[in-house]
Amino acid sequence: MADETTQQSPAVQEGRSGARPGGPGRGPRPGAPRESGGPRKYFRRKKVCKFCVEKIDAINYKDVRLLSQFVAESGKIVPRRLTGVCTPHQRRLTDAIKQARNIALLPFTSRI
Amino acid sequence: MQRTYEVMFIVRPDVADEDLDRLISTLESQVGTAGGVVKSVDRMGKRRLAYLVRSFQEGIYILFTIESDSGTIVRELERRLRVTEPVIKFLTVRIDEQQKRLDKIRKHRELHQRARPSAPAAEAEATGAGTEPAPVAT
Repeated sequence: MADETTQQSPAVQEGRSGARPGGPGRGPRPGAPRESGGPRKYFRRKKVCKFCVEKIDAINYKDVRLLSQFVAESGKIVPRRLTGVCTPHQRRLTDAIKQARNIALLPFTSRI
Repeated sequence: MQRTYEVMFIVRPDVADEDLDRLISTLESQVGTAGGVVKSVDRMGKRRLAYLVRSFQEGIYILFTIESDSGTIVRELERRLRVTEPVIKFLTVRIDEQQKRLDKIRKHRELHQRARPSAPAAEAEATGAGTEPAPVAT
């Protein structure tokens, strides 16, 4: 953050608060404005929501195999920007994972 | 309004079969006398737990599906489960709202599928039959 403030700090701050488009949530992170260094991809390869495509309606806390696809090795829930799940399904998935954790079907944390 | 609940609980692994059956029938009868209906009992068998629960690494999973029109039955059942020694963990989920939503989605999807024109399929059938090669006479 030190090198920001020496250069165009008021301009950077203005851009951040005002007209920065931000893309679909995947634009450049406000903490690290990179103007140089090659083209910055705004869209990673187009990911589709697995639940919308396969038309899985109910995400049950009992099917551990399905849920464990969205859980990292450390036991953490993977963010939807990595898995491509849409928001309503991600919310239901999170609820199901938390229920499964409570009934010892999934770990809260696992040391890897 | 009929509420449907799913109660999943874990019994310690070193419990004998008859004790387990006795425990399950006790709980079932308790629900019955309180006015609820036990729709199904699913014994999911011994499974490895994801973490240590009361120093056990394995447990016997049992799932009750209960239908009732008030929540007091489930509260009583939970109180019973909390006191029962072999039961080490339990979880209650209410599933009638989810079922309602699922039924609505399925009905909606069915309606739309029926309304969707099946003309392309019929056309393909006709052209396929028409372009069938005539038997070659040698």
